Amino acid sequence: MADTEVQHAIETVIRLESARLIAGLARYAGGDLDLAEELAQDAVVAALEQWPGGGVPMNPGAWLMTVAKRRAVDQFRRNRELERKYAEIGRVLEADEAADDGTLGFDRAITDEIEDDLLRLIFTACHPVLSVQARVALTLRLLGGLTTTEIARAYLVPEPTIAQRIVRAKKTLSNANVPFETPDAEQRPSRLASVLEVIYLVYNEGYSATAGEDWTRPGLCHEALRLGRLLAQLAPDEPEAHGLAALMEIQSSRLAARAGPNGEPILLLDQDRSRWDQLLIGRGLAALARAIELGGERGPYVLQASIAACHARAYRAEQTDWARITELYEVLAEVMPSPIVELNRAVAVGMAFGPEAGLALVDQLAAEPSLRGYHLLPSVRGDLLMKLGRPTEAETEFRRASDLTGNVRERELTERRAQEAGDSAES
Amino acid sequence: MRFLGYTLGDPNTEFPPPDPAMYEKMGAFVAEATQAGVLLATGGVRPPAEAIKVKYADGEFTVLDGPFSEAKELIGGWALMEVRDKAEAIEWTKRFLTIAGGGESTLREVEGG
Repeated sequence: MADTEVQHAIETVIRLESARLIAGLARYAGGDLDLAEELAQDAVVAALEQWPGGGVPMNPGAWLMTVAKRRAVDQFRRNRELERKYAEIGRVLEADEAADDGTLGFDRAITDEIEDDLLRLIFTACHPVLSVQARVALTLRLLGGLTTTEIARAYLVPEPTIAQRIVRAKKTLSNANVPFETPDAEQRPSRLASVLEVIYLVYNEGYSATAGEDWTRPGLCHEALRLGRLLAQLAPDEPEAHGLAALMEIQSSRLAARAGPNGEPILLLDQDRSRWDQLLIGRGLAALARAIELGGERGPYVLQASIAACHARAYRAEQTDWARITELYEVLAEVMPSPIVELNRAVAVGMAFGPEAGLALVDQLAAEPSLRGYHLLPSVRGDLLMKLGRPTEAETEFRRASDLTGNVRERELTERRAQEAGDSAES
Repeated sequence: MRFLGYTLGDPNTEFPPPDPAMYEKMGAFVAEATQAGVLLATGGVRPPAEAIKVKYADGEFTVLDGPFSEAKELIGGWALMEVRDKAEAIEWTKRFLTIAGGGESTLREVEGG
């Protein structure tokens, strides 16, 4: 293998081990993510020095963890009196080293411990004390193992912005004395909601990019899907974790069908359904079934996944069970009241009971301040007006939608629809 | 991107008897790869001697029962992986082979995956 290939292989191993390594170290460091990352970085530097010559060890994760711990103990011994934080981690590690019998690997107890640490890390990185942007950056960095460069590229922002966001996030967590633990039963629902929100935000930024040239950025969808699958495994008793995984699996099944040959968006009902990925649909339906088996009241993600499943089950767009989708949106609107849910409900009502009924609901939303700049409101209204044979009004709505969207591809789509409405008005 | 990985081997070589320790490790490995969201689907196949070939040429079907005299056949199983890049697929395969104790895996990128 060429040197660059060896280098790339080593970087891959490190990236795959990164989340577990930091999670384990964060526990020893009493939740100090900065220190955990610092120790992990020391181990990574050692790996980059030693592995190219000596080869990647059989259990690279254990190797990295051992080196990082040793560095921590060295530091501790050197600075015994100086650094309180090193003192804490050092004490734990010295005891740990004495107890270590060297049997690292696929030991069940160790695996369980790593899983607990990963879950703690997810909850900490998505702590509500942080801004949503900070949570996203920290989660992609620590759990996804992405570099700041990769995150910056995915979000089309300058790298220092992301780097700064991560530094500040870690400082905020430290200042707030956020403990490295999974929340108790009382806190759990709201803390879990925060985690799910972060993952789904990453997903959505990939699925319908709010800015830029591309309609979708599949890389972000993939990262979110990985995180969602991981979370569902780490928190198997949480229906909403399975619900989110199901939702993302089903939405991802349409990624290939969502864009035409020139990258132009293709709306759900116009997609070639034979291009939907049946493997992902199957995985999504299975995850949804698990969520429902767990029982309890259906949360927002389980409900949204149920709606997505209605589409996934229809081999042809005409077979869509719109009445069922309308019911699900009604429940969703109760569980998670939001003007955007109402707008989606209006679309479903329009499909199930005719465009007149849909338009009545959309018009009720026209005064909603939070939807004022939302391009899908005029877009949906335009669609319903077209169906009602009012193309002149529809054209105005599509033009408005086009002005409001920040995505180039989406603007092209709404402009095309405005053009079609205009042509239809003239004829 | 997706890769299909499968193991090829000499169909005439006897499989070593199943080793419970290896199976346990392999089970933990499969769980880990599934948890990581990498392993989308996996499965095993019956021995190549039981393979069937269906051919269609010049308007005629021929159905042949194994064993066949190929030097290498799909042995053991297959895995469909979803990874960020080729290097990740290779790394997961290395881990698989380490636990299997040896062997040869082929990786094929899935078109459009």
